[in-house]
Amino acid sequence: MRRPLTVAKAPIDEVIDADHQLTRLVFAFITASAVWLVFGTLVGLYLSLKFRWPEIDHVPWLTFGRLRPIHTNTVFWGFASNGMIGLAYYVVARTSRQRLHSYKLGWISLALIQISVVAGDICLAAGINNGAQEYREYIWPVMALFAGALVLTCYNFYWTISNRTTKEIYISNWYIMGALLWTISLATIAYLPFYQYGFAETAIQGYYMHQGVGMWFTPMVLGLTYYFLPKLLNKPIYSYSLGVLAFWTQMVFYTMIGAHHFLYSPLPWWLQTVAILFSIGMLVTVVAGTANFLLTMKGSGHAVRNTYAVPFLLVGVVYYFVGSAQGSFEALRSLNMIWHFNNYTIGHSHITMYGFVTFLIWGGVYGLLPRLSGREARQLFIGMHFWLAFIGVLIYGVSLSIGGTLQGLSWLAGKPFEDSVTLMAPYWLWRAIGGTLMFGSHLLFAYNVWCMLPSKSRDEAVETYTEVPSAS
Amino acid sequence: MRRSFYERPALFFGVVFFGFIALSFVVAVGPAIEIQAKHKPLPGSQPMTPQELRGFDVYIAEGCPYCHTQQVRPLKMDAVWGRPSVASDYARLEPLHWWMETPGVLGSERTGPDLTNIGKRQPSEIWQLIHLYDPRAVVSWSIMPSFHSLFEVTSSPAADATVVPVPPDFAPSHGKVVAKQRALDLVAYLLSRKQAPLPEGVGGEAAAAPAAPAAEAGGGGAQDEGAMLYSANCASCHQAGGTGLTSTFPPLKDDPVVNDDDPTEHISTVLHGAHGRTINGVQYPVAMPAFKDMLSDAQIVAIVNHERSSWGNSGKPVTEEMVAKVRKEGAPQ
Ligand code: HEC
Ligand code: HEC
Ligand code: HEM
Ligand code: HEM
Repeated sequence: MRRPLTVAKAPIDEVIDADHQLTRLVFAFITASAVWLVFGTLVGLYLSLKFRWPEIDHVPWLTFGRLRPIHTNTVFWGFASNGMIGLAYYVVARTSRQRLHSYKLGWISLALIQISVVAGDICLAAGINNGAQEYREYIWPVMALFAGALVLTCYNFYWTISNRTTKEIYISNWYIMGALLWTISLATIAYLPFYQYGFAETAIQGYYMHQGVGMWFTPMVLGLTYYFLPKLLNKPIYSYSLGVLAFWTQMVFYTMIGAHHFLYSPLPWWLQTVAILFSIGMLVTVVAGTANFLLTMKGSGHAVRNTYAVPFLLVGVVYYFVGSAQGSFEALRSLNMIWHFNNYTIGHSHITMYGFVTFLIWGGVYGLLPRLSGREARQLFIGMHFWLAFIGVLIYGVSLSIGGTLQGLSWLAGKPFEDSVTLMAPYWLWRAIGGTLMFGSHLLFAYNVWCMLPSKSRDEAVETYTEVPSAS
Repeated sequence: MRRSFYERPALFFGVVFFGFIALSFVVAVGPAIEIQAKHKPLPGSQPMTPQELRGFDVYIAEGCPYCHTQQVRPLKMDAVWGRPSVASDYARLEPLHWWMETPGVLGSERTGPDLTNIGKRQPSEIWQLIHLYDPRAVVSWSIMPSFHSLFEVTSSPAADATVVPVPPDFAPSHGKVVAKQRALDLVAYLLSRKQAPLPEGVGGEAAAAPAAPAAEAGGGGAQDEGAMLYSANCASCHQAGGTGLTSTFPPLKDDPVVNDDDPTEHISTVLHGAHGRTINGVQYPVAMPAFKDMLSDAQIVAIVNHERSSWGNSGKPVTEEMVAKVRKEGAPQ
């Protein structure tokens, strides 16, 4: 049978006999993630409409300046973090061939994250924020809950890995543990106030903004992909050494480049220059990582055609390269001058956080969930999810990259400020159109996750099954 | 059997953890400590008054920094916003509440204009209030949100209330628009945004280092300086087409002063501002601000000549000598 949007894909080949408690925990994280995605991007879509119709409402807690951090923090800490951590619980236990150290701590982490996102968003809507510093808008009592969840997760993973029954620590776990350790340190450094008075705040903000995306989301999804890609293709990763190289350069280079968010600011000139040099150096990391994934995929064209998870991974890997290469250019003084402060950066944020991070999470979810529950979502809907999201983010990225460049050039040419606002009108409209497609795909994603949830009867069956050996 | 580095979790993850912290001290915590110790407020700057601080709190709560930077780069294309920012400009910033950290005002996006010098550029309190109530009332192309929640509409304002003369098309059908305390505080904060002068030699590293790139880098200059300066300084009230806004700001198109062959009053109005005139039979509730400290003689020539030759006006062009002369005479009595 021919389908309009998707080709028929092979059904899943195996149902993993994972332990039942782990399955439940993973599903809880992924469900939370899907809910936050729908909510967070509904807000994003609404924001994008406000650029066209600023008078759309007069409700104080729906004003742009309060909703924008709700959008960014919800998709960061609600959607992406839940999704990544949920998948990581499975990957860490699986690759260590060991039961998770503690399910209870897993559930507590899950609860802490949800509480922090709910509380954080309510505070933001009420105008209570941490000083309008991007991605650290949640006030510290709220962020402490989130950090607590990371500490518990990290502890849980550490002991699972320590007690592994395999010889090696699989490379995915380097990235996942690295991401957790880095982000815990990062959050602590960023939230301690003592050295952040006056302009010192900016030195920490550049560092924080960058490590937030570079030491949390990036290593997490890369680690997951090091597991899911070879697994779904049923072959080993192309090169372990490339992975090692990418890992260490990630840690050293990425940490150094936060100041590139404040080029030409009063930050010490040497710090800016260091940031630029390492931004270029990041090409090494990115090429190593991308090449490793693409070479693993080489010759597996059939998998892209025949499964629905691998196309998501392929798109994610390509966007990893595109977005990061774009970032390296943005860090050059001559180009940053034009692209800084305008919509080009918003384009970059979505090319990376959406094209790269979000697609890889989806790839993992579609790769894992049906195998855990034995229930598949409808292929048509997965296919539609893929194409709507793919075309949507393409429109988003291209329109803002063009519009942003024109904004920068208009400032450079000394045109009145007005021009840089009015010229954006068509591009903002395109962004809203792309955003609508993206949002539609998120509804489908949430529905698909629902379809993949384990059925009640199977649930109980497994329950009795797992209880038997533990009693013996 | 000895386990390799990669097989020993405590060692391996220890390196990963402490390595990152060490690097973080080099690129973030270290520089932050140094900046905090080194950069003191500029001698010419003032601490914020309690009211301005309350206004600053509103500025942060409403997320104004997501659309407005307060950061002038040492680039020619940024010169319209003021002199390059230096670290000391921000030295007085500190947390406003126990649950908050030092707010970030530099911003990463300039959806709206930079506000470093907004107190100089747009010193009219009334304009600021109208603009906050509904930005499109004064700037037709604006996409900034309206902040109705900072105002209340009442039919009988108290005697000491600040009634905002919102242009008729944007005013509510009944009652008068009155600014709440939060709006007045916010405007007090905005009007306090003025760069302090740099004392000789201060600015140091940050201002000095980029001087070279600033000189070569970008900024083709305005094609028409007069039009550019007019749009930056005057159009917010008199509007791009010189049309003004009904009963709020006078039009300059066909204005008697602008078309007068004797430019003294025209120049004098720009230098010293004006209030309470009857122009073509209309009295305006708002004052025209003085620009003598903001614009040089050459810039005033460019603006005045732009007004005199645009929108069908035909006033005689002025020269720098004329402006210098009027400036020397001081404000009219
Ligand atoms: C959605 C983005 C957005 C937000 C949020 C926003 N602004 Fe604006 N703002 C703009 C734009 C665009 C302009 C330029 C058009 C205009 O003057 O209205 C502007 C102009 C201004 C101006 C006039 C600047 C000038 O040079 O004439 C001031 C003052 C201002 N905004 C203050 C604020 C304050 C205070 C807040 C928060 C309460 C705020 N803005 C929130 C987008 C925004
Ligand atoms: C805050 C709003 C505002 C701004 C900004 C502003 N004006 Fe005015 N302007 C007014 C008002 C109000 C009047 C009427 C003053 C009165 O009632 O006496 C006026 C009057 C004038 C007049 C005299 C008209 C007459 O017939 O007497 C001239 C000329 C003028 N403005 C030029 C300028 C120029 C040039 C600039 C920019 C450098 C400028 N204005 C900026 C509000 C403004
Ligand atoms: C329906 C899909 C989405 C739409 C329509 C959307 C829209 C928006 C809008 C309008 C903004 C504000 C831009 C501005 O201030 O100029 C924004 C900012 C942002 N969004 Fe989204 N968004 C979507 C999905 C996402 C997702 C899934 C993520 C992350 C996983 C994300 C991450 C961000 C980030 C990081 C910013 C801040 C960008 C910056 O400051 O550079 N968005 N988004
Ligand atoms: C080699 C890799 C990368 C480099 C060199 C790089 C470079 C940059 C630069 C220079 C900026 C600042 C733009 C400006 O404000 O002028 C920026 C912003 C940003 N980047 Fe990247 N980038 C890279 C990869 C990534 C990745 C992988 C992600 C997401 C996971 C990401 C997410 C973001 C976000 C969200 C912002 C917006 C920050 C803000 O202003 O709010 N980047 N990047």
